[in-house]
Amino acid sequence: MAVQNENLLDINGLKMHFPVKSNGLLRRTVGAVKAVDGLSFSVKRGETLGLVGESGCGKSTTGRAILQLHRPTAGTVNFDGKELTKLNGEAMRQMRRKVQIIFQDPYASLNPRMTVGDIVGEPIRVHNLRTGKEVRTRVEELLRVVGLNPYFINRYPHEFSGGQRQRIGIARALAVEPDFIVCDEPVSALDVSIQAQIINLLQDLQGQFGLTYLFIAHNLSVVKHISDRVAVMYLGKMVELAPSKQLYANPMHPYTQALLSAVPIPDPEVEKQRQRIILQGDVPSPLNPPSGCHFHTRCPIVIDKCKVEDPPFQDYGGGHFVACWRATESQEQMEKKLQ
Amino acid sequence: MAEAPLLEVKNLQVQFKTADGVVNAVNNVSFSVNRGETLGIVGESGSGKSVTSLSIMRLIPSPPGKIAGGQILFDGDNLVDFSESEMRKIRGNRISMIFQDPMTSLNPVLRIGRQMTESLQLHMGMTPKQARNRAIDLLSMVGIPAPDKRLDDFPHQFSGGMRQRVMIAMGLACNPELLIADEPTTALDVTIQAQILELLNRLKNETGTAIIFITHDLGVVAGMTDRVIVMYAGRVVEQASTNELFRNPRMPYTIGLLDSIPRLDGIQTRLTPIPGLPPDLLEKTNRCPFAPRCDFVQEQCWIETPSLRQVAPDHTAACLFDIDRDQRQVMAEKKIAEEEAALDAALEDVLAHEQAS
Repeated sequence: MAVQNENLLDINGLKMHFPVKSNGLLRRTVGAVKAVDGLSFSVKRGETLGLVGESGCGKSTTGRAILQLHRPTAGTVNFDGKELTKLNGEAMRQMRRKVQIIFQDPYASLNPRMTVGDIVGEPIRVHNLRTGKEVRTRVEELLRVVGLNPYFINRYPHEFSGGQRQRIGIARALAVEPDFIVCDEPVSALDVSIQAQIINLLQDLQGQFGLTYLFIAHNLSVVKHISDRVAVMYLGKMVELAPSKQLYANPMHPYTQALLSAVPIPDPEVEKQRQRIILQGDVPSPLNPPSGCHFHTRCPIVIDKCKVEDPPFQDYGGGHFVACWRATESQEQMEKKLQ
Repeated sequence: MAEAPLLEVKNLQVQFKTADGVVNAVNNVSFSVNRGETLGIVGESGSGKSVTSLSIMRLIPSPPGKIAGGQILFDGDNLVDFSESEMRKIRGNRISMIFQDPMTSLNPVLRIGRQMTESLQLHMGMTPKQARNRAIDLLSMVGIPAPDKRLDDFPHQFSGGMRQRVMIAMGLACNPELLIADEPTTALDVTIQAQILELLNRLKNETGTAIIFITHDLGVVAGMTDRVIVMYAGRVVEQASTNELFRNPRMPYTIGLLDSIPRLDGIQTRLTPIPGLPPDLLEKTNRCPFAPRCDFVQEQCWIETPSLRQVAPDHTAACLFDIDRDQRQVMAEKKIAEEEAALDAALEDVLAHEQAS
C-alpha cells in the first residue's frame, strides 16, 4: 500500500473573484469582488480545521470554492491526490461522494416537498450505493446515527424543529460515506441549548467515521471548542493559522487579538477584568480593498510599511502562520496601545 | 426605605390566539427594574422575552395577541390601562426601544434626519431647526463621523453597525427613563458588537437611563447587566444579581445553559447539552415546563408547576428542589460510569458466549 499523504486537502493560491457588471447595454465587467484572494493552506486527515472571520470575509465562499460549487478564479484544490479544479462531468460527480457540505440554515437547505426518507435517500440512489429496499434500511440506520427516530422517515421537514432539521442535513451528508465535510455555520441558527447537542454529535461522528471537517463559523468559542487548528480570515485573505490552543493563547495578528478580546465570556468576574481592543470603523468593501495589508485601515499598531506592502503568510514556528509585518512584536505593541 | 422601582411588572399574562389554540406566550411574569439599573432578560427563542418587552411598550399586535392579565407599573402608572394616545406620549419619550435588526427597523425611504427629528419635534416640542441640531449632537454622541452630512443620508448608506448606532441615538433622543434593547447586537459581527456594547455602557453611565437588555448570549449578559432574569416557556424561572446567577445558578435550566456553551477561556473537551427540545407553548399542563428535559426530574415535578421561591438572599428560582451546579457534575459522572458499566457487562456477555461456543 502506498503511504498516504498526511494532508487530505491541499489548497494553493485559491482565488474567487466575482465580476461586477456595469448597468449599461454592454454589461461590461467594471470590477471584481475579491471574496477570496489567494489562500494557501492544507487540511490534515482526520482533523477539524476551523475557519473564522466576520461576515463578508469570504469564509463561506472558501468552503464552496473547495467543493467546486463556485469554480475558483485561480489556484489549485488538491483533494486526496486529485485536482478538483480540473474535474468535470462524471469524474466530478464521483468526487462529490467524497466531499459533502452541511449548511447553516436548516430551514432553507431541505426541500420542503420531500420526506425525510427521500431527502436522505436521494444521494444513496444517485450514487447507486444501495438498491431497492436496502435504501430504506440504510436511511433508517443513518437517522439512528444522527439521533433521530427512524419512525420519522415519512415526515416532512416542517414537522421538525431547527435542531432536528440540522440532524437531517447531517444524515444527508453522511449518506454517501464522505471523507471530508464542510460544515458551514452548522450551529449558528440554533438555540444555545440545542447547539451543544449538534456540536457533540459532529464530534462523535468524526470519531466514528474518521471524518475530516472544515468548520466554518463566526462564533470563536464554538470554533475553539471543536477545532484542532484554526484559521482566521479578513477580507478575503488568511491572516493567521495555528493549532487551536496556540492561536487562542498566543494570537500574533492584531486582528486575531482584537477578535478574541471582543468575544464576551459568560462570567461577570472575568468580564470586569478584561481589557478590550475595540477596532474602529467597519470592514472595508471587498470591491476595493485597501492597499498593502488589508487590515491596515483598522489596525491599532499600523506602520507605514503596512500601507504599501502586503505581508507574506509565513510560518513563525510550530505551524503558526501569520501575515503581519509586526507579528513578533504585535502583542507587546498592543499592550502599550491599551495603556 | 428603598426607592420605588421605575418599572414593576406584576403577574403579566400574554396570550396569542392561533389556529391551533391559545398560546400562552407569557405566563405570570413578575419583575422590576430600578432607576439607572441594567436588567438582563435571558432566554431562547420562544421563551417569551421579546413578547414581555413588547407588552411593556404595548406593541403586542391585537388581535391575535392580548394582555390577558397583570399589571405593568411604570413610575406608578399602570400601562395596561393606558389608551393608545396616552401610550404615544410614553413611547419613544419616556420608554424607548432598540430592536434586533437594524436593517429592517429604520424606514428605508426616509432620510435619517427626518426619522430622528420626528420624535424630538413630537415629544420635546422642538422647532425643526432645534431638532436638527439635537440630532447632530446625538449622532456625534454615538460616534458617527461627519454627523451633519450623514443626517441627510438614507439608511441603506449606513453599514449594519452604523445603523444600530443610529437606532441607539434615536432611542436616546428624548432622554428616556427606560431603554429596552431587544437583542441589539445579535445581528452584528463580534468586533462591531464590542463597539456597540462599549457605546451602550458609556451612554448608560452618562445619562443614567435604566436598560432592559434582552439577549440569548450569556456572555453579553455577564458583561452588561446588574441583574438577570432567566425565562423559559413564558415564565421567569430564575432571578438574581448577575454575579450571583453566574456563580451559583440554582434552576436546572440555567445550570444546563451555562454548561452547554463553550467558553473561549475554557478547556472543556466535551459539552454537556440540555437533552430534548424546547417546550410547546400550546400545551396546557400543571407540570414544571422544564421537567421533560431536566436531569434532576422527580415525581413531584410532573404534577406541580413550581413558582419562584427564595433560594438565597436576592435570588429566586422556580424549582421545587435545592439543586446546584456541583450536583449536575456528580450526576453526569455517575451517568457516564453507569454507561461504562453497562458496556462492560455487555462485553463480558459476548466473551462468555464466545468461550462457551
